[in-house]
Amino acid sequence: MDINWLDANYLPWLIPVPPLFSFLLIILVLGRYKILSAVVATSSVFLSFLMAWPLFFKAALFTEDFGFRDGVYRVFGSHITWMDLGYQQFKMGVTVDPLTTTLLFMVPLAMLMIFIYSIGYMRAYPENDPHQIRFSRFFAYLSLFAGAMLTLVVADNLLLLFMGWEVMGLCSYLLIGFLFEKKSAYQAAVKAFMTTRIADVFFLVGIGYLFAETGSLSYRDILYNEAVLERLGNSDLTGFLGLSAAAIIGTLIVIGTIGKAAQFPLHVWLPDAMEGPTPVSAMIHAAAMVSAGVYLVIRFFPLLEAGGNPHHAEYTLPLIVMGVLGSVTALGGGFLGIAQNDIKRVLAYSTISQLGFMVAALGIGAYVAAAFHLITHAFFKALLFMCSGAVIHAMEHGEHHLHEMGHDDAIPHRVQPGEATPYGTDYIGPHGEAPNDLEWQPTVPAGIDLSFVAVPNDMRLMGGLFNRIPVTALTMLAGSLSLAGFPILSAGFWSKDEILADALLFITEPSAFEGHGAPWLHILVFFSLFFAAMMTAFYTTRMWIMTFAGTPRSEIAKYATLKHEHHHHEHEHDHHHDAHAVVPHDAHEHEAEEENRFSWERFKAWWSVYSNSALMQGPLVVLAFFAIFAGFVGMHPNFPILNILTGGNGASGGTNYFYNLVSDTLIHLPPKPPFATEGSIKIPLPLLSSLTAFFVGAGLGYMVYGVPIEAGEKDRSEAFFGSQLWTAMQNRLYIDTFYLRTFYVPFEWFARKISYQAIDKETIDEFLHTVADTMVSIGEALKMLNRVVIDGVGDGIPSLIASAGRYFRNIQSGSIQQYLLFSSGILLLIVVGFLLIV
Amino acid sequence: METFFGNPLNLLVMLPLFSAVIVAVLPKGLDALARWTALGLSLIPMVISIGLFYAVNSTAPDASGYWFEYTAEWFPQIGAGWHMGVDGISVTMILLTGILTPLSILIAFEHDENPRAILALILFLQMAMFGVFSALDMVVFFIFYEIGLVPMYFIINQWGGANRRYASNKFFIYTMAASLGMLLAMQLIAFSVGNEVNGGTPIFDVPTWLEVWPNYAYDPTTGGGQILGFDAGGVKYLAFLGFFTAFALKIPVFPFHTWLPDAHTEAPTAGSMLLAGVLLKQGAYGFIRFVIPLFPDVVAREFVPTIPFTGVQLEFLPLQFAEIIAFLAMLGIVLGAFSAWAQDDFKKLVAYSSVNHMGFVVMGLAVMAAVYSTLWAASAGRYALAVETAGEKLVDEDVILYGDLAAANYNFTAFNIPIEQMPQVEREALAQEKFKAIVADRIGGPTGTIQDANVALNGAILQMFNHGLSAAGMFLLVGGLYHKAHTRDLRRFGGLWHIIPAYGAFLVFTSMASLGLPGLNGFTGEWLIVAGSFRIFPVMILLSMIGLLMTGAYILKGLQKVLHGPLNQEWKAYHEHHHSLEIDLREVIALSPLVVLMLITGIYPNWILPVIDGTVTDMLLAFGIN
Repeated sequence: MDINWLDANYLPWLIPVPPLFSFLLIILVLGRYKILSAVVATSSVFLSFLMAWPLFFKAALFTEDFGFRDGVYRVFGSHITWMDLGYQQFKMGVTVDPLTTTLLFMVPLAMLMIFIYSIGYMRAYPENDPHQIRFSRFFAYLSLFAGAMLTLVVADNLLLLFMGWEVMGLCSYLLIGFLFEKKSAYQAAVKAFMTTRIADVFFLVGIGYLFAETGSLSYRDILYNEAVLERLGNSDLTGFLGLSAAAIIGTLIVIGTIGKAAQFPLHVWLPDAMEGPTPVSAMIHAAAMVSAGVYLVIRFFPLLEAGGNPHHAEYTLPLIVMGVLGSVTALGGGFLGIAQNDIKRVLAYSTISQLGFMVAALGIGAYVAAAFHLITHAFFKALLFMCSGAVIHAMEHGEHHLHEMGHDDAIPHRVQPGEATPYGTDYIGPHGEAPNDLEWQPTVPAGIDLSFVAVPNDMRLMGGLFNRIPVTALTMLAGSLSLAGFPILSAGFWSKDEILADALLFITEPSAFEGHGAPWLHILVFFSLFFAAMMTAFYTTRMWIMTFAGTPRSEIAKYATLKHEHHHHEHEHDHHHDAHAVVPHDAHEHEAEEENRFSWERFKAWWSVYSNSALMQGPLVVLAFFAIFAGFVGMHPNFPILNILTGGNGASGGTNYFYNLVSDTLIHLPPKPPFATEGSIKIPLPLLSSLTAFFVGAGLGYMVYGVPIEAGEKDRSEAFFGSQLWTAMQNRLYIDTFYLRTFYVPFEWFARKISYQAIDKETIDEFLHTVADTMVSIGEALKMLNRVVIDGVGDGIPSLIASAGRYFRNIQSGSIQQYLLFSSGILLLIVVGFLLIV
Repeated sequence: METFFGNPLNLLVMLPLFSAVIVAVLPKGLDALARWTALGLSLIPMVISIGLFYAVNSTAPDASGYWFEYTAEWFPQIGAGWHMGVDGISVTMILLTGILTPLSILIAFEHDENPRAILALILFLQMAMFGVFSALDMVVFFIFYEIGLVPMYFIINQWGGANRRYASNKFFIYTMAASLGMLLAMQLIAFSVGNEVNGGTPIFDVPTWLEVWPNYAYDPTTGGGQILGFDAGGVKYLAFLGFFTAFALKIPVFPFHTWLPDAHTEAPTAGSMLLAGVLLKQGAYGFIRFVIPLFPDVVAREFVPTIPFTGVQLEFLPLQFAEIIAFLAMLGIVLGAFSAWAQDDFKKLVAYSSVNHMGFVVMGLAVMAAVYSTLWAASAGRYALAVETAGEKLVDEDVILYGDLAAANYNFTAFNIPIEQMPQVEREALAQEKFKAIVADRIGGPTGTIQDANVALNGAILQMFNHGLSAAGMFLLVGGLYHKAHTRDLRRFGGLWHIIPAYGAFLVFTSMASLGLPGLNGFTGEWLIVAGSFRIFPVMILLSMIGLLMTGAYILKGLQKVLHGPLNQEWKAYHEHHHSLEIDLREVIALSPLVVLMLITGIYPNWILPVIDGTVTDMLLAFGIN
């Protein structure tokens, strides 16, 4: 085969290969070499990056007629036959279309940053820490994760997407449970895997049904073929509740997203997933897994809306599910985010909430806005998670420092409930075989305290970190502003604004809905997202102020730093000198004239202290750039003044580059929401609403938390919500506990008591044993018959029959040759008898 | 005429027998020699089986549709001939057998107690397994099928765990008893078919059976016939039950499955590998080869279930046998997964996972049964039956429903089974029109019902192959740990990943293959089965998804209880001072081919699928309806 692999049609095949190869290499060969593993993994992602970005530029910028235009779908890609199935051949392939390009831009970049950050993050752990012991394995998992995500991105069919999707699920399981000695960690891993699997089995059925109905799973065959979409959208096809095939398949696909993108009611795994090392959180919650969940519904939007049209208030079932659940999730996530004291958990709830934004937006057909928010969110959320990781590391460092100084009393002692017995909690039984497994009794787990916060993550113990880790503080400020939707200079503002603008179409463009029924979903989504945006601004303000502003509220925060202080072990006496002056002052003075000259020695000295800090904070700066400026590509063409940047005249005529690119992924161009209302007085309602949401939310946040709280002070919002609701919020409104009691406990009871014990043991086996016993009894009875009736007849016959009796008795003894003889004899009798009768 | 050993199939069947004899007669005390001899000798059939697979992949079959067909006179007095031959389905199973046997011999190295005997028994078992998959004569098949029980019985009984006597007896007697019905049914079919084509001498040739028996004693003008003086429908129904029970027990189909957890758990590792890897597949193979093609009319026929002893007929619940099979498959999938989850014994957990996974195979078979019988009915000119199985009832008032007619005229009181009677010719004509309309609408074409069956059956066979790999791998790993730690109690393990990282990696990999992680082998088959079944048994598939969910639960339970958590200090001391728990080189060598195949099949299933698909497509399109 003569294939030019650098051709844009074939290059996508190669993009996921380096990380996957790096995974194999690390697992099989490099396990012992920590830094080499890290370097191989990072280089592999860099290689993918080097392939993905040129492809992005070629496709998105330098290709004429890229995407679906004028009834033709022009994309890059190629496929092979993957399965021969009678009439069909299942083709497995890759493709690059406009929607793919956006991810090709975002995913490798974010991943590269995460990988670089991870090196610093993992290295910063002390020598005997599990993070260090399993250093290489971490990078192997991370590589597999990256490979799976890139596979998902370049897939040209639903099955390959699903493969990447599930492999990521495995990786998230392995990575969340990375510290598998901790009960909370492995339980969180299982919880994440099982919760998403609930959704995935439905998704799998959806894929199967789609395949049966269309004979293909390729995007090209299904999503860009109006005949197929029309056929699927035709409700006569299934006859199930009057639903069309598209509605059933679409709903099943949406369920998949609900699990993966942590939407209500399957959101419960995501806050627990914070058990993983922080780069994992960035990976899962920004660049990869949850984005994949939203990407799926964006990708299949044409199928989800088949048979309806959200822009005319004709909502199909999948759209309604998305709109309603997305709204609930956006609101609920924002609401719970307010009450969290764990910095990562705040971000976890904000992720849930922001994903709700995207899903709800897609429910009302805001295709481009959802895709846009997906990209901007990935940047600022990766940034925020990595910042929080830096904060936690700094705090851990402070903790370590106090420990080294012998001030253990200054470290709050907290033990997670249910943690830590040396044998695990359910060790039973003597040495030897398993105890009788039927003795199990159902136990209802006690209510679980979900408000537990690990010490280094606790924002109540932070404060004043700005002075300790200024780069992190500033980059986190950029991320927070983007999350909150700070006007103009934040990416999040533009994408959120666009979502609200789409939701407001029912006011700004009422003509579209006339004669089509009430745009109730638009109204619901708008108000939910508006209030959710407000809450977002509120809790983001709270988070940043509690972390960085004011003065330290604990000893730990006073000593928080990202620098590597290895002198502790070498100079035990030197505990109390300034943590900054690792390179001794006099050395500085003596070598002052060499300050500007590079020397290897000086670099090594600098590197030994600042390497982790640099490796962790460098990526933050890069991502902060995107978190601030990435939004301009999606500016409204009529945005006053600023649209000059995109070729407008200050009032109108600008270009929405993002819209122009991504909208070509659809057959029918999505609507461009107007900047202002129709009529004589033009009110820029979308802009006003997003400005209001930000300023009200952030303003309230500043009013409440502007004066930083004191150590030990009650949270000021608690008074507002009431302590009972506040406790409930910290316990996630008891939804997790409810699931545990309603599903887990009865399921386990069913498995042990019904499925295994009652059905298998006590019914089926009991029946078999009864039959066997009956047979033995018959044998015994015949033996008795021999003895009583025939014994008297003669001497020759009784001995013969007595031996026959022994045969019967021997069934019990299990002597198999005799059984064989016996059964073949019986068989012979039956056969002969049958033949004679016939 | 080629010589007997010129035919690769004969060679394949006979070589293991000679090997078994050689290993058995080796002088005592030379255990190492016996081990390496057995391993070396088992590699030859492996090479042959791989060669066979590629030959089938790259050449066209003989005129009869089989590859490497070989016929010889063998037992003419009873009408049995030595008829061998393979198609794409059986060659896949032969490949699986050929690969798994050397690996299981390698694992059997661990037995110090009378190693020659267990090795010889494994080789003997290999002969039986090859024989089952290559026999095209029912007597030959049956002999191999039954004779395979003997070595397995002894392997469990002599080298098994604590409860081995109970498990081995249950396995042997239960399986044996279930075959009795089949033995009778065999005789019946042989005599009937012999009457038809062989001038009264019974005939056991399977291809001949497939041609003659489904239509035997069926008269399109009268709609019925007689076999041995009884009504043909009732006799066929009983014969079907005989075949069905025999193979359903072997797969095993719920509720015949309770021998499996006991036998698998108590068997030594090598035995479990072959039992789960190959022996279970014989049941599914029997369904594809015999049960469905021989009895399409029974499978398709709708009947009204009767509550035993009361005579109350549940008329609101008309059932087809295909539906019952699907229902049992669903129960196997769901309850198998739940029961697996309930276990605290690691090996029993894995054993129950076989019930769960083979449930998917049975689901695929149910789809095949439903569609195959429809096609057969239409091709045999029985359109009323075909229309019914195609899922659409005749609703015209003047056309009496086929099922009603059968119920009204049923006269086979002894067994309380509705018997088909004389649908009138014009009714058939009406049904024929209707059927053609259905065909135009739903059955043919790339998105039609035939394609569903094609997908599901391909999936079922692929799942058989995949389950052979992953179940063998799981048993290898579980058995290896048991062999070293002398316990399988999940509650006593925990945190072992700290001390045995390589074992942990293999366990995670194999568990994920077993769980059906996309990218590994288990997924490909399961997905095809789900895709092919959804439109035919939507409710059953949706219910099965509970089982698929619980698959995750029990797999993760196994992983978590063994690997995760704080390290149990008792094991640490044991590992360091007493016996290493880490996977040893021999096990790694035995596991590696499985791992590679799992990965390759997951990433590129088309290395094996065309072979399967060729035969499946021929089977479903043979009726000329598309």
